[in-house]
Amino acid sequence: MGKLLELNNVHSYYGHIHALKGISLHVDEGEIVTLIGSNGAGKSSTLRTISGIIHAREGKVSFDGKDITHIEPHNVVNMGLGHVPEGRGIFPKLTVQENLEMGAYTINDPKAIKERIELVFELFPRLKERILQFGGTLSGGEQQMLAIGRGLMLNPRILMLDEPSMGLAPVLVDLIFDTIKKLNDKGTTILLVEQNALMALSIAHRGYVLQTGGIVLTDDAAKLKQNEMVQKTYLGIE
Amino acid sequence: MKQFAASPVYKFFLFPIGQIIMFALGSSVGLSLITVLLAYVFKFNVTNFDLVERSLLILPQVVINGLTIGFVYSTIALGYTMVYGVLEFINFAHSEIFMVGGIVGVQLIAYFEHLGILATLNQYLVIALAIILAIIISGSLAVTVERVAYKPLRGAPKLVPLISAIGMSFFLQDAVRLILSLTTGEFNVILPQFGTFDEFLLVALPGMADPLRIQIKSVIIVGIAVLMLVVLNFLVNGTKVGKAIRAVAQDRPSASLMGINVSQIISITFLVGGALGGAAGVLFALKATKLDPFVGFFPGLKAFTSAVLGGIGNLTGALLGGLVLGLLESFAASYLSIFTNGAFGAEYKDIFAFAILIVVLIFRPSGLLGETVGQKA
Ligand SMILES: Nc1ncnc2c1ncn2[C@@H]1O[C@H](COP(=O)(O)OP(=O)(O)O)[C@@H](O)[C@H]1O
Ligand SMILES: [Mg+2]
Repeated sequence: MGKLLELNNVHSYYGHIHALKGISLHVDEGEIVTLIGSNGAGKSSTLRTISGIIHAREGKVSFDGKDITHIEPHNVVNMGLGHVPEGRGIFPKLTVQENLEMGAYTINDPKAIKERIELVFELFPRLKERILQFGGTLSGGEQQMLAIGRGLMLNPRILMLDEPSMGLAPVLVDLIFDTIKKLNDKGTTILLVEQNALMALSIAHRGYVLQTGGIVLTDDAAKLKQNEMVQKTYLGIE
Repeated sequence: MKQFAASPVYKFFLFPIGQIIMFALGSSVGLSLITVLLAYVFKFNVTNFDLVERSLLILPQVVINGLTIGFVYSTIALGYTMVYGVLEFINFAHSEIFMVGGIVGVQLIAYFEHLGILATLNQYLVIALAIILAIIISGSLAVTVERVAYKPLRGAPKLVPLISAIGMSFFLQDAVRLILSLTTGEFNVILPQFGTFDEFLLVALPGMADPLRIQIKSVIIVGIAVLMLVVLNFLVNGTKVGKAIRAVAQDRPSASLMGINVSQIISITFLVGGALGGAAGVLFALKATKLDPFVGFFPGLKAFTSAVLGGIGNLTGALLGGLVLGLLESFAASYLSIFTNGAFGAEYKDIFAFAILIVVLIFRPSGLLGETVGQKA
């Protein structure tokens, strides 16, 4: 079990806004690692820097031993790194089917695409019922299923999920977390960003706590759950 | 029925053609009815002839003229609207891409004449070659302009690439003027006379004494424009690249996470838009017969207006907007002076067309159809 993903002293900016101030973290093959932190801490920016939507101005991002700091997202994705963005990013005016096909954009074999779509439907049967519906007309939960399903179309080695539980009813949150667990059991490494820290720490192996662009704490998930600061700030336990 | 709707012949041939016919017929009939109605209203204004009769007499010709220029506007408007749909950016240099296409096409034909082979070549082959050359040159020029003047500014505030586009527009005008002056000593280019394009087809209409006279070049212009529109529809709705264009238009970061090379898709969008503009340039040259480096301005402005009228970013809207604007212009040019007994002349047609645009936008700010490139056309 080697380091699949590693960030070393990463600094990222939006114009003059210094969003990440020296992030170092790693995710090992087979793990579920979670990033927790309040709004604006830099969780999404961390995922964006990894997939290349924004590039680190300083520091290094490596995936599977290769330096990907300056690689464009479409190439990063093809190396086996899936990113389900915050807000789901589904294409509102493409159908469920077309959204999934977009997820397999770099696959040219129609048969392989069909097989992948079938696998996604096994995971989320609800999507199959909506196959010809436009993405924008799905419910929040269905959109999240679609976003995750689409992120799985290239069979990534690591799947990064940005707040998959956002805005979902509790039953659906459970379903999404069960699915994440299931994917991990089948061998997909997971990097999970969550505001719902309790749920995230329950399924993760390890966690990092982010505050204003820096990592302030890291430990095994079980220990983080017991940590006084984490309990007070993120779990709402006094 | 569902099976039929899904068949490629329907989706990529019958449907777009049907849509074009519907739009052309719909806007022609609509404007004709309004005109006849107005003829009755203004009848008392005119005493020396029957206004209604006179209006009906010239109506078919007015419609044909309007549709001919309308299809040219539509073809140019698609270039504006595609780029807008993908980048939310108005490529003001598109009018110059169009101009370059026209000039390149005319120069090729002039070169054939210079070689003394123009009269011996098949006239349709000549047009086809001119259009192909214009497509290649204008398409690559549009891609280059994007690389040089817009791509480096992609992260900048929206006004910045807009200014760059206006600068590019002036640059291209003067560059073409310079090149033409240096190579030919003259920056007006004139389409040589050849073939039978200026001749008329006579179509007998039931119930009318005189046959309808349709200039062959009008048929060619409309025919080629329709062909381009059908090809574009197939490209956007029937191919993987088209789907990627729609995906980038809907959500750019998300598209990049699908493994779509966004820069490449943007280049392809400019290539397609530029190619359409170039082809439209040759069609326009067929009609105008004399071009100069500044000739892109008005058709460009009208096409941009068409795109806004139809709903900028919407491909179907650009088609409809172009037809409506072309017809409006043609109707205004012919009827303004008749209806007002000469108080207003044809020169007011532009004011009239733009006034209609303003009225439409006041009541429908998103344009007639108002959706996006992301939408299936
Ligand atoms: N597109 C953007 N442009 C400018 N600043 C941004 C942008 N996205 C995020 N930021 C800023 O970067 C910081 C980190 O944001 P983000 O990574 O979205 O936090 P989180 O995902 O933890 O809520 C915040 O200060 C936020 O305001
Ligand atoms: Mg976030």
